[in-house]
This record gives sequence, C-alpha cells and structure tokens, in this order.
Amino acid sequence: MLDIFSSEEVTEALEIFVREFPTAIWETVYVTVISTFFAILIGLPLGVILVAGDKGKILKIPSGVLHVLNVIINLLRSIPFLILMIMVFPLTRLIVGTVVGTVASIVPLVIAAFPFVARLVETSLRELDPNIVEMAQSMGAKPIQIITKVMIPESIPSLLSNFTTAMTTILGYSAMSGIIGGGGLGKIAINYGYYRYRYLVMLLAVIFLILLVQIIQTVGTHLATKLDRRPRDRA
Amino acid sequence: MIEIRNLSKTFTTKSGDVEALKNISLTIPDGEIYGIIGMSGAGKSTLVRCINMLERPTEGSIIIDGKNLNDLSEAELRQERQKITMIFQDFNLLMQRNCLKNVCFPLELAGVKKSEAVRRAMELLDMVGLADKAKNYPAQLSGGQQQRVAIARALATHPKILLCDEATSALDPQTTHSILSLIRDVRDQLGLTVIVITHQMSVVEEICGRVAILNGGEVAEEGVVNEVFSAPKSEAAKRLVYPDGFSTDTLSPSSDEHFIRVVYNGAEVSKTPLIAQMAMDKNIPASIRSASTRSIGGKAYGNMLLSVTGDESLAEEAISYLREIPDIIAEEVKTNA
Repeated sequence: MLDIFSSEEVTEALEIFVREFPTAIWETVYVTVISTFFAILIGLPLGVILVAGDKGKILKIPSGVLHVLNVIINLLRSIPFLILMIMVFPLTRLIVGTVVGTVASIVPLVIAAFPFVARLVETSLRELDPNIVEMAQSMGAKPIQIITKVMIPESIPSLLSNFTTAMTTILGYSAMSGIIGGGGLGKIAINYGYYRYRYLVMLLAVIFLILLVQIIQTVGTHLATKLDRRPRDRA
Repeated sequence: MIEIRNLSKTFTTKSGDVEALKNISLTIPDGEIYGIIGMSGAGKSTLVRCINMLERPTEGSIIIDGKNLNDLSEAELRQERQKITMIFQDFNLLMQRNCLKNVCFPLELAGVKKSEAVRRAMELLDMVGLADKAKNYPAQLSGGQQQRVAIARALATHPKILLCDEATSALDPQTTHSILSLIRDVRDQLGLTVIVITHQMSVVEEICGRVAILNGGEVAEEGVVNEVFSAPKSEAAKRLVYPDGFSTDTLSPSSDEHFIRVVYNGAEVSKTPLIAQMAMDKNIPASIRSASTRSIGGKAYGNMLLSVTGDESLAEEAISYLREIPDIIAEEVKTNA
C-alpha cells in the first residue's frame, strides 16, 4: 500500500475502519437525511411566503412581516455553524434533552440549514415566469392553488437541484458537529486525525464523505433532469 | 354584452404617475369578435387586464351582462373569471404538465371531478385537433400547437368571453391564419364574445367585426373594421393604415388620384404579378405607393397601398378586379375624409 504509512498504522486503521465505519457512515447518512427533511419542512414554506408575499401579488402579507423574516434569515445565515451549534444549546436541550450526541446535532443542523433552504426556494420560485402566475389568476385560481398547483410544481426541477445543494451542505455541517459530540464520519476524522494524528483514518473518513457527496449529487441531478419536462433536444 | 364605462387606470411609479388608460368607454355586443389595436405602449394590455380585473381600474367600471365587476368580492371575482378566460402571446402553458393536464387545469381550480375533467379536456383537445398530443408535454409542441392547447384550456370552463392578448404575435403568418380561423370557428360554434388585442392590422382585418384603435391610453377611433380602415380619421388610425412612415400629408391629393388599400390574407398571388396583371387585363395602371408584404409558403401576407389616377369609376373598377381574387381585401382609402 502507501509507503508513507507504516504497516502497523495500516493495520490499526483497517481495524478502526471495520469496527467504527459502518456505524459512522450510517449516523452521517441519517443525520443528513433527517436534518434535510426538517430544513425543507421549515424552509420551503418560508421561501414560498417570501415570493408569494412579495408586493402582495399572490398572498397579502404585511411588508413588515416579510422584512422581519428576511432579517431573521440573514441573521441565522451570518452566524458561523461552529458558533451556532453552541448558541442553540438551550434549544437543543429543550427539544432533545441533551446537547451532546448524534440526535442532538440534528437541532443545530436544522437551525443552520432552514434559512439556507428558504433562500434557495426563494431563488427557485423567482425563476418562474410571472406570466404563468398571471395565467392562473386569470382563470380564477385561489392563492393557495397558485402555490400548490403552479409555483411549486412548475419549479420542481430547480427545487430538486437546490435541495441537492442543501443536502450536500448539511452533510458538510454534520461532519463539523463531530466537535460537539455529534456522531458520524466527521467525529472519526476529528477524533483520530486531529486529536490522535491518525492521518490514514482521517483520510478514509474524508474519502467516504466525498463518496457520499458524490452519491447525493448524482442522484439529485439525475432526478432533477428526469423530472424536467422541458427537454432541450427538441425535434 | 361588455360595457366599459369611463375607464381610467393610473399606475403610480417612482418617477411619477403614468396614465395608462384615460376615460375609455366601449360597448362590445355579444358574439362579436372585437379588435383592440394599437402600438406598443398604447394601453392595450392594461385594458384587457381591466376587463377581467387582473388590474383594478382607477376609475370607471366594467359591466358584463349588467353585472358591475367593481362590486364583486375577490371570491366572486374568481368565480366570474371562469367565464372570462384568456389566451396569451407566450401561451403560458404549464411546462411540467402534459397537454391533457394543462386543459384540466382550470377545471381542477373549479373543483370539477377528475374523471369529468379528463372527459371534457379530451373533447376540447379533439376540437382543436390535438387529441393525439394529449400525453405530450408543451415543450414537445410547436408554437401553433401550444396556442391550440391554450385555446382548449381557455374553453374548458364554458366561458362566455375569450380575451386574446397578442395571441398570434409570436407565430408566423401561416400559423396565425390557422389560429385565427380556429378562434372564429370557436366563436361560431360556442357563440362566445371574443376580444382580440393586437398590434397587427392583418389580424383585425382577418377576423374582427369591429375595432377600437387605442392611442396613448385613449380610444382614437372605433367602428366597423372596413369603415375604420378605409376612411381613417384620426392620426393613430392613419399611422396604422398607411404602412411604414407613409404620410398622406405629402400627397396633397389631386382630385383624380385615388388610393386603394390591398390586404393580403394568404392570397395565392406570389407567382402572378398582380399589378401588371391588372394593367394588362383591365388596362388600369396602378402605382405602388407603399407596400409591406411577405410571401410565405407561396402565399402572400401583408398590405399595400396603390394609387390610380383617373376618375372615380376607374378606382371602383380596380377594386372590384382585386376583390375577385380570393383572400384579398381591397378598399378605397379616402384621404381627405
């Protein structure tokens, strides 16, 4: 194998790999999936409100409310994740009962990711041709129908691409949560690579993080393309 | 009947108020195909959006069959809009839905049962000649086909008024012709009232019975199409009738010079030299004062202004000669009207 690593190091790394990686990969995957799910659950409606409430075109939302929402989103997005994790400790304790561990790391991940998702959703929905919304209004669509039957379905390919971006970002953040005791590949990379100088183990963890990002991106791009009904190769 | 009464619309912008429409009053009888023509910026689009209240008028009212739309609540207005549907320049189909589901869309909004909606949608797709494209997505269709789907969609809720906002402006002349024929057939079959917003003279000439010329947010002229176009009184009408910078002022019409407007609506004349033919057959020498015609697929579209010098009967003879040719409209233009 690699010359720079002594055989003992390789043997030890393989041992750690077999013993800890299956759980770590599983923890990373489920933290990422659950956090993404909740981030979308909160971020999607907020993104919709930002676009649909803009100038009262679809939803009559007071501009003050939108302004506050914008400020909150910007505020949360400007706090570095490492600090945010610590700042939300009280909330995490309230929801999960503890601030350490894999499940506890979901709370800061969601708090960090939903404003990001809201902005991505906003971008996606703003790409939609306003004439399409006017068409729906001209046919007597209610605001809720415009949102559920026009804005969201027509933006599906763009939303899927953006959700993929969000998921890969959350995966990256989840690795960082190893610092505060969140499980997963990040914890392994930090514990072995940073605290114990086991570079080979860290390298392996990083390789698996890269693989996961690749898988998420490939699947996401594939879905977004497959569900796009506007084929570029017209007859 | 649609009554537009003293309608004004002012947009408030950062750089001040913009008066898009100024005191417009028009009456549109049932079953009419009514043209509203004007240059861009004349206020056509704003006017059509006031008719279905997508734009709330600043002043004045829209009365449809005796019902004043100003008095309706949002919910009542949504209900009313199912009866006043619209087609658009860019078709505005839902790109992530196939054609069948696009036609089903207004029915879904109205809460029609799915099986019933699909049945109705298939019926309409059949009517516009696209039953075989039901499962295709809009991106797979040509512009003309997309507009047909849009027409089918607009008819789904049994409207009594169809608003066409520059519905053929993105289409080539041949497709325009077929879409206009479809709109006329639909009017004939279903007896609805059609309002056609356009900047193209040829569109108005082809299907409209009456026309209003809109200029700077005001109605410059209104009346039966042939009358308005053959004797344009207002400056705005003259600008439309005489193509491309042609001005009657420079003519100073001598008493024996007569002007004839010739409109080509897909006439099969591109192979025969029309003017030369008229000179040989009837011995009428005509000169072309202005022309803007195009030949597409062997058919001519556009218009031309001819002048013949002689007495009144010569001009009449020329007009009757031209009128014998299919798909040509010929009118004498009264310059000193």
